[in-house]
Amino acid sequence: MNNDLILLGHGSGGRLSHQLLDELIIPQLSSVPVAGQNDAALLNIGGIKLAFSTDSYVVDPVFFPGGNIGDLAVNGTVNDLAMMGARPLCLSVGFILEEGFSKAELARILASMREAADAAGVAIVTGDTKVVPKGKGDRIFINTSGIGAVEHNLLIDGASAQVGDKVIVNGCIGDHGIAVLSAREGLEIDSGIQSDSAPLNGLVADLLPLGPALHVLRDPTRGGVATTLKEIALQSGVTITLDEKSLPVNPGVKGVCAILGLDPLYVANEGKLLAFVAPDQVEAALATMRRHPLGKDAAIIGEVTETSAGKVQMETLVGGVRGVEMLAGEQLPRIC
Amino acid sequence: MNYSDSFRDKELVQGLARRIAELTKGLEKPLVFMEVCGTHTMAIYQFGLRSLLPPQVKLISGPGCPVCVTPNSYLDRAIALCRLPDVIITSFGDMLRVPGSSSSLMEERAKGADIRVVYSPLDAVQIATKNPAKRVIFLGVGFETTAPTIAGSILAAKAQGLTNYFVLASHKTMPQPMAILSADPELQVDGYICPAHVSAIIGADAYRFLCEEYKVPCVVTGFEPTDVLQGVELLVRQALAGESKVEIQYSRVVRWEGNAKAQAMLADVFTPFDAPWRGIGVLPGSGLRIADKYAEFDAEQAIPVQVEELKEHKGCLCGEILKGKVSPFDCPLFGGKCTPESPVGACMVSSEGTCAAAFKYGR
Repeated sequence: MNNDLILLGHGSGGRLSHQLLDELIIPQLSSVPVAGQNDAALLNIGGIKLAFSTDSYVVDPVFFPGGNIGDLAVNGTVNDLAMMGARPLCLSVGFILEEGFSKAELARILASMREAADAAGVAIVTGDTKVVPKGKGDRIFINTSGIGAVEHNLLIDGASAQVGDKVIVNGCIGDHGIAVLSAREGLEIDSGIQSDSAPLNGLVADLLPLGPALHVLRDPTRGGVATTLKEIALQSGVTITLDEKSLPVNPGVKGVCAILGLDPLYVANEGKLLAFVAPDQVEAALATMRRHPLGKDAAIIGEVTETSAGKVQMETLVGGVRGVEMLAGEQLPRIC
Repeated sequence: MNYSDSFRDKELVQGLARRIAELTKGLEKPLVFMEVCGTHTMAIYQFGLRSLLPPQVKLISGPGCPVCVTPNSYLDRAIALCRLPDVIITSFGDMLRVPGSSSSLMEERAKGADIRVVYSPLDAVQIATKNPAKRVIFLGVGFETTAPTIAGSILAAKAQGLTNYFVLASHKTMPQPMAILSADPELQVDGYICPAHVSAIIGADAYRFLCEEYKVPCVVTGFEPTDVLQGVELLVRQALAGESKVEIQYSRVVRWEGNAKAQAMLADVFTPFDAPWRGIGVLPGSGLRIADKYAEFDAEQAIPVQVEELKEHKGCLCGEILKGKVSPFDCPLFGGKCTPESPVGACMVSSEGTCAAAFKYGR
């Protein structure tokens, strides 16, 4: 097989993305990857602690039930900062527009960016716009970068999961991926599912008072909950055991997944976080989440059961046990 | 509780597992049952059903993943076709990653070929309607469950008067390979978990000759966990009683005579032929090619192309795995040289492939 080409799967967020990062991008660009395998880099500039993150958005279609590429681009970067426990301060935005893209659609996208930024309490302070000839891009691509203030001394990190920790998710999984998929040309399923795209910094701010009991925060975007948990298991050197019956999944998501042969564990989310919390603070964490509008369906979905080389397993609905691996190949390209 | 959840009821499933354990208690030689259909393979892994069964019952996977049994020669022809000018290849997603002799459709797409994933062959017909200057080829792979929909697409194209829609057909039909496996002295199969939806088309009567000629129990079984375990229980009871008959566990869908309308469509559009199966070889009357009266829709006949010389991948045990003789974990390439990202054999590619299921769920 020819391994010289970039494949769609390299953008899946799963195993191929990791290979590309580990084998090519990180070794070429940085001998000391500041961000490690976390969602944002932590910087200490003259005693001021900052989180810094960037993300590009190529979602297709641009408008989907529950949102569009604009609010997605704001929320995505806000959430990457929030997963470090940082308070998002400001964003940059870069647009790559295809010749012929509609100004009215751009205006709608900008309006939702503005709205999303206001909702998250961040300012969009700098930006750039480029236009490429018709056929050399696909309508609109957006990049956002963001800076957040780190005002805590906690070690919230993918490598901090400990045996005994409970894994909490703040609501139903797989909504974003299925909402986007339902809107795709040629599929057009009326699933009634809306994207969960939302800023999570408010929810994280409520969780920070839990203190050192809060070990890991991570938003399971591309690759879904399964891939994110496997990353954390590998980073922390632990086994995570999920309980399938406690996974919150909307019936519409279950239905579409069953028809198309997808597994909700691998479907992207844009307004969900996974929190690893020490057992003595689990009830407090769950109660805190459920008080927040974005956490009313929060549920404990599993726990860290032992130290290991990094393994995720699941007790299935019927009481069997199976392994859970990272997303392999591409499940749904261009989902964010 | 909704309809599908009731077939996943933990108490029911564990009750069935306990009954199977009681029935087989003290057996010295385990009973070996083969699930022939890839969807069963996936369900068994996905729900962790093996972990619920006693050691006296062993489940092995057979040649029922359509992508996995598609030979390299077919992929090579599809790859050659995609390199022609003005061609759009349409396919179900899994086929894209299957390695041919020296490339794959995914690689060709990265190099610029127009290859589109569709969820239905009728979508491919629509692409043909919208692109009259292109030749749109659908990769028709699958068993009797997908073959009628592909027959339907050819009939739709004919009704619309389309001259730019083609099917590269490599359909397989089911009972024949089970006869070959039953006759294989190296393989002990004490019963077949017969396919669910294939049987909805062909009917449960199609398996009778297996029971009569090879004295092997056959149970047509559904895909939910309670279905699979109830199917296993029926097989255990037959095996212990020394019986060999066809039973229908999946009675909410499958009839003895099958779906007459779908059978008539298949008989109209396709002709049985001696099909090559990856790892198994050419089996008489085990495939469907496009009938002569629809030859204008047959990509193989209508679009001549130079196909590269066939190269088989060394060390790949797909063939033995498809016959249920070895498990994926016995293959020296599994998880090392052969992973879902860079698969050596087709069993690692398809979402229903035995190796892909073992890699995703079984480790």
